[in-house]
Amino acid sequence: MSRPSSFALPACVPRAAERLRSNAPCETSNTTPMATQSPVAPPLAPPKSPRPFVAGLRTALTSVFSLVLFGTYLGIGALAHDFGFSVHWIVAATLLVWAGPAQVILVSALGAGAAPFEVAIAVSLSSLRLLPMVVSLLPVIREPGSPAWRLLMPAHFTAVSMWVETMRIAPNMPRALRVAFCNGVGAGFMFSACVASVAGFYLAAKLPSLLTAGLLFLTPIAFLISVTRNAKWLVDRLALALGLVIAPVLVVFDVGLDILWTGILGGTIAYAAHRWREGMA
Amino acid sequence: MTMLGTELTAYVLLVLVGFLPNEVWRWLGLVVSHGLDEDSEIVVWVRAVATAVLAGVIAKLTLFPPGALLLVPLPLRLVAVVAGVIGFFLIRRSVFAGVVVGETVLMGGTLILAR
Repeated sequence: MSRPSSFALPACVPRAAERLRSNAPCETSNTTPMATQSPVAPPLAPPKSPRPFVAGLRTALTSVFSLVLFGTYLGIGALAHDFGFSVHWIVAATLLVWAGPAQVILVSALGAGAAPFEVAIAVSLSSLRLLPMVVSLLPVIREPGSPAWRLLMPAHFTAVSMWVETMRIAPNMPRALRVAFCNGVGAGFMFSACVASVAGFYLAAKLPSLLTAGLLFLTPIAFLISVTRNAKWLVDRLALALGLVIAPVLVVFDVGLDILWTGILGGTIAYAAHRWREGMA
Repeated sequence: MTMLGTELTAYVLLVLVGFLPNEVWRWLGLVVSHGLDEDSEIVVWVRAVATAVLAGVIAKLTLFPPGALLLVPLPLRLVAVVAGVIGFFLIRRSVFAGVVVGETVLMGGTLILAR
């Protein structure tokens, strides 16, 4: 990750992290009586305090991504309305799917009457990025010896927005508080997205088409800029550039599974170039 | 989508075609991340594949957009994307600034072209 520039609450977050750190000792002392009562109890109980969760909520709601998500989901809510889905359905979709491009594909393809199997493939390919994001996030927040199910919610909350903010802030916190913090960030972003989905659904008829166009443009532009910002190594920059070029070419030549091939081709060429350069050095 | 049957179908489709194909990557990530070193060569390659996939999604959403974004002519969409990235680099590498510049060019340009 590159240094955070003017990106969201530069002053408030270190202070929040510090407050959490100073709270850590009293949390450990709270667990001591429990540990003496039952000799089987693990020495490090998970933190009971809601504070890291609240710090995560605050981080999410004051982040630039809350605005981007709000706008994006305003557009997705309006799209769902236009394709004839119910407001409950689109909120359920936001809670369950929790991935902007996948939801745009889901709504527009299902609404247009595409075959369910094709929709499932398209949704799945658009969300491939979640795999490496989860793989790189979980080792940062995991507490050694804690059960794997504690990571189920952080895995579900993983999205570009949450990944960027958690990877930036969680490494500065005590390890015991990171999962709760991460859940707070995810819940905060999901909350703004749900509010926006409902607002977008009811505003759909009133939104000028130019504004809807602008909202749909938020996802590609915000993704492109945040990926550009995070791509500090040659291999990532090359993969970004190759992906931008390969996908449209495959679409124009009507090659099936274009996103999958874009990933495999672009990623492998970028990786090969990176290995070749390492060999040269 | 007013009839109960149609409504129920919509929810079944949401789980089968939306939730599961999407969530499988998160569950797979949960399994794969177990005991994996972040700097290993496989992770470098997987990250490159993911970046290329994300770039592909960005390109498709910009060039072959859904719904109302088609209203904006293709050359203007491309100019807005480039302007947003330039705005990001020029204005303190701020994601927010880049997004604002891109959106301003997109919507302002559409208004000017429409006159």
